[in-house]
Amino acid sequence: MNTNSSPTPELAVSAHGLVKTFGDLRAVDGVDLEVRRGEVFGVLGPNGAGKTTMLQMLATLLSMDGGSAEIFGVDVKRHPHVVRQLVGVTGQYASVDENLTGRENLWLFGRLLGLPSRKAKETAEELLGNFGLEEAGDKPISQFSGGMRRRLDLAASLIARPPLIFLDEPTTGLDPRTRGQMWETIRALVAQGCTVLLTTQYLDEADQLADRIAVIDHGVKVAEGTSDQLKSQVGSSTLQLRLLDPAQTSQAVDVVRRVVGDEPVLTPEAGGINVPLPDANRAADVLIGLREQELLITSATVQKPTLDEVFMALTGHAAEDKSDTHDPRDTEKEPVR
Amino acid sequence: MTLLSTTVDETVSATTLAGVQDLPARPSVADTVSQTMTLAWRAIKKMQRNFEQLFDVTIQPLLFTAMFAGIFGGAISGNVKAYLPTIITGLIGQTVLTACVATGVQMREDMDKGVFDRFKSLPIARIAPLAGPMVADMLRYLIASVLTFATGFAMGYRPGGGFFGVLAAIVLAVFAGWSLAWIFAWFGTIGRSAQGVQGISLMVMFPLTFLSNAFVPTDTMPGWLRAFADVNPVSHVISAIRDLANDGNVTAQVGWAVLGLAIVVAIFAPLAVRSYSRKM
Repeated sequence: MNTNSSPTPELAVSAHGLVKTFGDLRAVDGVDLEVRRGEVFGVLGPNGAGKTTMLQMLATLLSMDGGSAEIFGVDVKRHPHVVRQLVGVTGQYASVDENLTGRENLWLFGRLLGLPSRKAKETAEELLGNFGLEEAGDKPISQFSGGMRRRLDLAASLIARPPLIFLDEPTTGLDPRTRGQMWETIRALVAQGCTVLLTTQYLDEADQLADRIAVIDHGVKVAEGTSDQLKSQVGSSTLQLRLLDPAQTSQAVDVVRRVVGDEPVLTPEAGGINVPLPDANRAADVLIGLREQELLITSATVQKPTLDEVFMALTGHAAEDKSDTHDPRDTEKEPVR
Repeated sequence: MTLLSTTVDETVSATTLAGVQDLPARPSVADTVSQTMTLAWRAIKKMQRNFEQLFDVTIQPLLFTAMFAGIFGGAISGNVKAYLPTIITGLIGQTVLTACVATGVQMREDMDKGVFDRFKSLPIARIAPLAGPMVADMLRYLIASVLTFATGFAMGYRPGGGFFGVLAAIVLAVFAGWSLAWIFAWFGTIGRSAQGVQGISLMVMFPLTFLSNAFVPTDTMPGWLRAFADVNPVSHVISAIRDLANDGNVTAQVGWAVLGLAIVVAIFAPLAVRSYSRKM
């Protein structure tokens, strides 16, 4: 109506100094976040970094212990009911009703969102179709696969066509094929004009989907920027070397320094050296350099940067993980609960 | 303008890509009722699909009625048939109260499920996910009361209040169930686990049932027990049910029962809603 009430109307999310404490733990410790309308914003971090907690505060599911937030210019603390009308939330674990079928679930949520019964039925059909669930529509949720649940959950978040969607680790635990489908769905949403705030443990997911990324560690934002900006801090890929003779490590490090002009990271295994590369083609230069010095290797692989390396580069410590690994390659090898 | 609408709190403006939207600041009463009924539908579907949830209001009335009438009948009233007007009406109170405990326990179980996270995130009245199952459970109290009367009838009970007396008694029993369930709904919202809720609820349910006139006249109780039994809202409900079913009279007891139940609701409904919203 006027610009006085929302000083930054171009923002979908504007949060300042968000704090959430659980006892002694400061799960979210003064995070600022600005998400522009129409963009996909990724929050990247390991398990326990505070991503979900932050999202839950923004979605009115948890109270804030400090700071303030606005969603499309609406204060989250003062007007939670309005914020809930603007945000669709899809959680890490599917939040649909186990006792109902897919169709009944979507009808139920449609009714709760104020659609008349017939319209709720139509919307349910339409969403089942869009998400490839029409055949499973009459099955109880207990017979759904993990991927189907996730899709139904996302469908349920879209019933009211909210302008902002929160996706909390949308593909954690999904097999690569389902993961790809989920990504397509998210891209389609953005094409329709949705703003998306997603959390993820996977750099490649943020890379694929997000326009901008914030990296969160121990409740604190450690970096923010486009995927390219973040990667340039770690190099676009990594050359993983293993020396035949670990005693030659320091000589090999000298070679790397000379060729790449950057400090390599030593892995705990004997003779392991990780070399950040601005360009994958530089791997050959490093190998030639080693050969000239007659330093023998047992293996050499070029890898894209992992979240661990981004973390190493940004925080100087490894991403501590409480439960499973967050290397995306692991998930691809071993699909799914 | 925006300032005005936010202070009045009727609508709030949001500036999305689609333009400025004026959105209601809180759910209307009509919305709240519709959301409650939708969630009652969900609870009834759930009952249909988990039929064992209905055991306490189907098997138990049949079993308990036959059992209690047989055990106490001779001792208290001389013979089983003479005891029926007392025990059938008393058992309705007892069975409905047991069903209330299940209301609280199931609510606790339900709240731990993922779907409640979604209810929290939806723009719906905060009370609806609590009120929906409360409405649906009235069906359980209805089944319990009807079956208890039916079992009594099969055993030779002929209520003096006739059809309408019994009907009025059933309506009162269902209302009593809904009111008393708020106590257990509150336990459901404060308990840490379903087992914990079950534990506290049984501890409260047993004195409420047995320290009443459900099974025996209160005048044989020692003074302090009698004092409690006489103010126990469950006693008043059972007396009122007796007056309605056995005599067909709308007596002062009916008034006391309704008043007592209203007080229970006035105390426990706000407590339940408050601790529930805090969890939301």
